[in-house]
Amino acid sequence: MKNNLHALWQFFFGDSARAFGSASVILLALLAIAPAKNHFSEWRHYQKQYLHLIRGRADAVTLERHFQGGIQQIWIPEQQVTDRCTTCHLGMKEASLADVSSVAFREHPVIPHKLTEFGCTTCHRGQGAATTVEEAHSATEQWEQPLLPAKYIEAGCGQCHLENQTGTPFLNQGRQLIVSYGCTHCHTIKQGDGSYVTPDDDPPSLKHIADKTTREWVYAWIKDPQAYAGTATMPNYHLSDDDARDVSAFILAQSTPLEPPLQPLKADTKAPADPAAGTSLYGQSFCASCHAMQNAAGMMVGGNVGPELTGIGTKAKPEWLQDWVGNPSHYDPGTMMPHYRFDAQQVVTLTGFLESKTEPDFIANVHLDPATPEQIEHGKRLVVENGCASCHDINGIKKPENFAPELSRIGSKPLNQLIFVEGVEHSLPGYVAGKVRNPRAFGPSLKMPQFKFTPQQIDAITTALLALTDRAQSQPPTMRIASVQQTRYQPAGNAGQLMRDLRCFTCHMINGHGGDMAPDLTWEGTAVQREWLTQFLKNPETLRPALIRRMPKFNLTDADINTLADYMMTVYQTPEFDRDSLLVSQFNPAQVEQGRQLFYSKFACQSCHIADYKNDKGYIGPALAATGKRFNAAWVYHWLKDPQALRPGTIEPNQHMTDDEARSLTAFLMSLKSGGAQEAMKK
Amino acid sequence: MKPVLIAVCAATLLMAGCSRKSNQPAPLQSTAAGTAIVESSGGKQIGYAGMLLDQPVVVQVNDASGSAVAGAAVYFSGPSGVSFTPPAALTDSSGQVTSAVQLGEQAGRYKLIANTHDASGKNIGLTIDEIALGYQQTVGAQLNAQYCVRCHDPESTPLRVSNMDNLSVKPHPFTEGDTLNKMSDADLVAIISHGGPALNKSPQMPPWGYTLSKSDIAALVSYIRAVADPPYEAGGLVYAQK
Ligand code: HEC
Repeated sequence: MKNNLHALWQFFFGDSARAFGSASVILLALLAIAPAKNHFSEWRHYQKQYLHLIRGRADAVTLERHFQGGIQQIWIPEQQVTDRCTTCHLGMKEASLADVSSVAFREHPVIPHKLTEFGCTTCHRGQGAATTVEEAHSATEQWEQPLLPAKYIEAGCGQCHLENQTGTPFLNQGRQLIVSYGCTHCHTIKQGDGSYVTPDDDPPSLKHIADKTTREWVYAWIKDPQAYAGTATMPNYHLSDDDARDVSAFILAQSTPLEPPLQPLKADTKAPADPAAGTSLYGQSFCASCHAMQNAAGMMVGGNVGPELTGIGTKAKPEWLQDWVGNPSHYDPGTMMPHYRFDAQQVVTLTGFLESKTEPDFIANVHLDPATPEQIEHGKRLVVENGCASCHDINGIKKPENFAPELSRIGSKPLNQLIFVEGVEHSLPGYVAGKVRNPRAFGPSLKMPQFKFTPQQIDAITTALLALTDRAQSQPPTMRIASVQQTRYQPAGNAGQLMRDLRCFTCHMINGHGGDMAPDLTWEGTAVQREWLTQFLKNPETLRPALIRRMPKFNLTDADINTLADYMMTVYQTPEFDRDSLLVSQFNPAQVEQGRQLFYSKFACQSCHIADYKNDKGYIGPALAATGKRFNAAWVYHWLKDPQALRPGTIEPNQHMTDDEARSLTAFLMSLKSGGAQEAMKK
Repeated sequence: MKPVLIAVCAATLLMAGCSRKSNQPAPLQSTAAGTAIVESSGGKQIGYAGMLLDQPVVVQVNDASGSAVAGAAVYFSGPSGVSFTPPAALTDSSGQVTSAVQLGEQAGRYKLIANTHDASGKNIGLTIDEIALGYQQTVGAQLNAQYCVRCHDPESTPLRVSNMDNLSVKPHPFTEGDTLNKMSDADLVAIISHGGPALNKSPQMPPWGYTLSKSDIAALVSYIRAVADPPYEAGGLVYAQK
């Protein structure tokens, strides 16, 4: 062996001439490595294939003129983009290659951005500088940023776009779920623009819970909230029977009586005189705008602003229900529920109706012995450990700070900082989706509870979380489209107090503050007539026949109605035009007739609106048969000219009318003075 | 350090290899066989590229007399990128198999296949068509839901009552390829932008050109093309198994 090696050495390097010759050969070979590597590289192969493809096409000449060989690069230093993807993806900008079957050479699908302005990795991730398929698309040792699967691609948009966008329904949905399931009670999420994601699920205070419900109900609820109401957003902590016993013991024990205390029951609410009266009061008050309830056919009917009421009689004590229906602010000053001014009889009727909505099975098997001090003490420990106070106000327990890890940069979390378990795909999206799907699978001692999401919801939430990247935090502010933030607008004076008591802002937006369930009222004073407004507040009629959500009847006094109407008519005025700039007295019958023609022929408004209950049927927009009693002429005119200018986002199409047409139509509409929808239905 | 890394890499590779293998549906022990496989539900859905379809695909195996067969093995397959959960299963007591489908990463039409075997072991196949929308078509789908659907779709939901019955001229649902495929892109843009009168049609079709942007209208057209049934020729790529 040793001899052989020696002979070999002698052969190549035995004397100086041999040594020089051998060294030169080795040097040459080494020098040749780089060009050879280049020559045989993968991307050359792709470029050859591409040339072969385009040469067979009708527009070969144009395509060849566009083709540039060699390594291509999109370089945008301020966005940290150095993307060589277009070295192989050669047809990205060629519209005529939209039908090519190979993804590598096809035109990029239409998006609102130029590839040269944003690069590829900004949205798709992957490793821009790489020039092999494997390195560019997959995770490597040095840089573990594989391509983002298509189902999460909207996460790319979400790095800059903090607002809701038409083209990103899943990102929007994911963000909405994060807000409505209250993820940020425990996890801090600070967005790139410095704003914090705030929850809107409004979990109830537990400080007076014993006034509201029983320990048995609390026990069953914390064992499985969705067993009580499928729509409940509270997650499941998988508590053992003993732990649930102790937590319910503590929760009831810490409860203090309300101040002033609940009144004893006014009447025998178990047997209301007229059960049908309860159903009809529930309907008239449009409780279903916010609350869902299972009907006789097993269908869930109603909104999701407030809790589901299918089993409310099992949950709530009758004294509490009566107090709550009378004035919810007494129990919860921060509630979104309005203060209906029910009279004593109505309170009894509605309470009786709600008491009859029971789900006895829910607590049928719960039998609890009186709690011992040890159990209460243990329950308190569990409540602290599980962070219940992150969401709920609880006597004697402080809201924990940063109870769960901050998620502001979760979308860029390095894989080596994550712990994977069996069954979870080894990738960041796999990890995030796995955590949302089944957090306890990552370890039985972990505290994150189990939420009930559909697979599609999990994908949406994962998309929203993956948008929270380092790039989203560090990019230049000019790249960012801010989210629409609520203002802190509050109406002043007596009217303001009334509007807060009636919780107008739960549904209506005014000056950028409030909900989006009902029309924006910022310019309501310009839009409507005072008489109509007072009439409407007294007895809200159905303005849109096809809507389920409607304005409830609050049983306001005349004095209250006057206060509201005065305030709205003077304060909620648009600065754009004067409400008296067009007067009905200026219209003549010829104009009215011309307007009628325009309404029914040229603009076919009857497709969506009812001007005459006998003949018209359209019900996408509000009925207009009482326009002359409801609206102000100047408002109607300006609305017809440009609806989106008065209410951004309204689906009423801008018909690009001439001034004359808009004037005649206004004349016609203002001549319509029949009763409201309800009156017409009765006829 | 290095050897550890190499070992980890090797292990990962090995696992990757294994997991690839386990993606192949393992052969099932069927206890019965039918003579036909039919679609119960879940076909012709409009989904999104790379995403789960809203509804799972449900197929049924029948015997010669048309009654359901329980215990027959059904295997799902599709073009690359499509995944099924589960990819194979025995039919249940009502003769059905249900599988959740995630479409491939590219927008276009997908041809999925459900297979079963008859008593002699012969393959019986069923093709199920699905649609995956891309970005532009998604924008179109959203705009459609906001502005158009209540007139153009006869179906009502509790939150969205159809207005079609209230119109004296009935519009077409956008899936009606027989009518819409005959219209050129330019005609579609014209009627959407300027309303029915642009094509001598009813003004009950309003003009949207002063409410929606040009790119919005292009998105609507691309959506209309994507969902047409029968398909619009130039309406994108068809993905089928090689
Ligand atoms: C108010 C009801 C209404 C709305 C809203 C509406 N359309 Fe139409 N649309 C019609 C009617 C009616 C026709 C049929 C006109 C005719 O055949 O004379 C029509 C016809 C069409 C046609 C021609 C094919 C056909 O169905 O006959 C297209 C394309 C079209 N609409 C697109 C749209 C788009 C896109 C939107 C949403 C931006 C929209 N429409 C919103 C009522 C409506």
